[in-house]
Amino acid sequence: MANRIPRVPVREQDPRVRATNFDEVCYGYNKEEALLEASRCLNCRNPRCMAACPVGLQIPRFIAELAQGNIAGAAAVIAEDSSLPAVCGRVCPQETQCEGSCVLGVKGEPVAIGKLERFVADYSRELADAGPSAHIADVAASGPDRDSDYPAIPLEGVQGVKAPSRSAKRVAVIGSGPAGLACASDLAKWGYDVTIFEALHKAGGVLEYGIPEFRLPKDKVLRHEIDDVRALGVRIETNVIVGRTITIDSLMDKEGFEAVFIGTGAGLPKFMNIPGENLCGVFSANEFLTRNNLMKAWREDYLTPIHAGKKVCVVGGGNVAMDAARTALRLGAEVHIVYRRTEAELPARREEVHHAMEEGIIFDMLTNPVEVLGDEKGWVRALKCIRMELGEPDESGRRSPVPIAGSEFEIPTETVIMALGTSPNPLISKTTEGLETTRRGCLVADESGATTRPGVFAGGDAVTGAATVILAMGAGRTAARAIDAYLKQK
Amino acid sequence: MYKILSKEMLTPAICRMEVEAPRLAAAAQPGQFLIVRADEKGERIPLTISDFDAKRGTVTIVTQKIGASTADIIAYESGECFADVVGPLGLPSEFVTMSPDQLSQQRYILIAGGLGTAPVYPQAKWLKEHGVPVDVIIGAKTRDLLIYVDEMRAVCDNLFVCTDDGSFGFKGMGTNMLEKVVADGHRYTQAVIIGPMIMMKFTTLTCRKLGIPATVSLNTLMVDGTGMCGACRVSVGGKTRFACVEGPEFDGYEVDFDEAMRRQGQYKAEEAETNEKHVCKIGRGK
Repeated sequence: MANRIPRVPVREQDPRVRATNFDEVCYGYNKEEALLEASRCLNCRNPRCMAACPVGLQIPRFIAELAQGNIAGAAAVIAEDSSLPAVCGRVCPQETQCEGSCVLGVKGEPVAIGKLERFVADYSRELADAGPSAHIADVAASGPDRDSDYPAIPLEGVQGVKAPSRSAKRVAVIGSGPAGLACASDLAKWGYDVTIFEALHKAGGVLEYGIPEFRLPKDKVLRHEIDDVRALGVRIETNVIVGRTITIDSLMDKEGFEAVFIGTGAGLPKFMNIPGENLCGVFSANEFLTRNNLMKAWREDYLTPIHAGKKVCVVGGGNVAMDAARTALRLGAEVHIVYRRTEAELPARREEVHHAMEEGIIFDMLTNPVEVLGDEKGWVRALKCIRMELGEPDESGRRSPVPIAGSEFEIPTETVIMALGTSPNPLISKTTEGLETTRRGCLVADESGATTRPGVFAGGDAVTGAATVILAMGAGRTAARAIDAYLKQK
Repeated sequence: MYKILSKEMLTPAICRMEVEAPRLAAAAQPGQFLIVRADEKGERIPLTISDFDAKRGTVTIVTQKIGASTADIIAYESGECFADVVGPLGLPSEFVTMSPDQLSQQRYILIAGGLGTAPVYPQAKWLKEHGVPVDVIIGAKTRDLLIYVDEMRAVCDNLFVCTDDGSFGFKGMGTNMLEKVVADGHRYTQAVIIGPMIMMKFTTLTCRKLGIPATVSLNTLMVDGTGMCGACRVSVGGKTRFACVEGPEFDGYEVDFDEAMRRQGQYKAEEAETNEKHVCKIGRGK
């Protein structure tokens, strides 16, 4: 039986070595490993993995192609549903989605669907980069309307894509993160004339500014997949802040966009509102990660400054906390994760926690900061915390932490990074009439993505609050279908 | 890419550039700012907008060489392009949102220190165009560091110029000039102070003494300028505010300037290191 073959382990960089560099942690499968792992798939008639994928990737179909050695065929199957397979293969929480639903997982180890998806994407990209048909390399740079580093790609020669006709309806997509890219890709495939507006100078949203290089290489992997979205005919205009540079009204009334998708994510950092939070040396995880990822502070040849120091406390237990902690570690600091519950409740992916522990991050659990203490120059000198114990389960089902009276203590530290979650940016909702938000600042949208304003759709973290890349992509695709239906009726 | 249409050195260290950025120029209002990233490896540098022209599709920036990144910006020549120019950022000045009725009751005194003279210019221009009485004080250390004197004269009712060393105009600081102007009988309903943090702190104190409400424009550290990073947080009236999206203008009486000054210097050690290593592009071949 196929499942007698154990799950093929994936090769990773040695923890002691990788703690000192920003190279990718996971090497991924080679062809031999991938084909062997693909052979484990039972090709279920009723594939539960596919049902558990927010973008509905045809998982058994692509794995079947791969198992037969038809890697191009596997890539084509994936491309029907996703423009970001090399990204998703790396950052999706497969353990709770596709792989968490795999039948093989009932008695043993599920098929390594994520690693297979990554292999197909990486292999195809490397082949394209090497081959003479690499269409991306030799296109001249274009005008100011494009992402400056990456030339526009002509549509000619890109398989299966029709250039939008002169009469194609125009759709504006706000934000070039996972939700926006997924929505734009589908609409472009259906012949719409799509422009993505991005506030930062580089496309990718959280994939660019949030997720570190060692989990998602930017130039090697991310740029390529964003170029693939461009190859579908999607224009990306960077340095445009909707709500400041332009408004949704001006897009619809003056620039002729007939529908708008808002995929602006959840970019606003939360702080604890404890004393001392504005001392020098206290940063949001967003600032710390943006400096290092988008602004490449880790590279000697970039001007961006970043401050980690000898010792760093990261407050929080999610994926962003792990990313900030592992980044600070690579910048040379001793790093503590300070979290008010226990290891079992850490909201980060198990794989990330495991990697962080392997690398030597220290986990201070059942610990909650109550004050940041400063020195005479206004810099952090210590984090004052209180010990916690777990009480009754709260509405999220997790046991809620309760402070132990009189247990305050100090952790001496140079830097404190707050990774407490993020909420949607109000720039658009505040500057657009008729766009309702919830009390938490999330845009109100129905299950199709329609907001309270006709012709305006939304999806991803901007609607749900901070979640995952793949859920945002799923929401982007759902909204694309609703936009298609809306424009056909119009 | 964002083309530099003209470049002019106002002093040996301060330069004025007109840059093509049509969307930004069409949306800009007095009080707002922008971010420039000179090239791929540069920082995102927040700069004030000293003029904007929707018809020409241009914005004017005035930059002083402070560190490696501002030196890089100044090294660009007319005809070259910046990688990125984004904005307008922040909220427009309060007067932009006032009704004609409210405006008719105002008498403004705009107090500019050093490089802060540049962003004061569009404010004076707007007020003048809208018929609001506006006087301006420009202060600098010495004559050679004064900028925008003639331009400003054209857009305000009374211009008062002072230098610390007396090499031009009144001898003294902006605070002394303000006290003198008020002693001479000028009356104001509102002051707007733009300059170095320390200058804004002390001028605010003088305004308080004279009973003039004071607005200040905070040039904090920033990365994205859209509310994402929180590097720009300032304490205003005991509450944490983000200068990039809730400012840059705040009620000066409420601002914790000492904290703001400390936070502004947060990356000094790292920047000193960079400056040492950085090969400045001034004088590079085209």
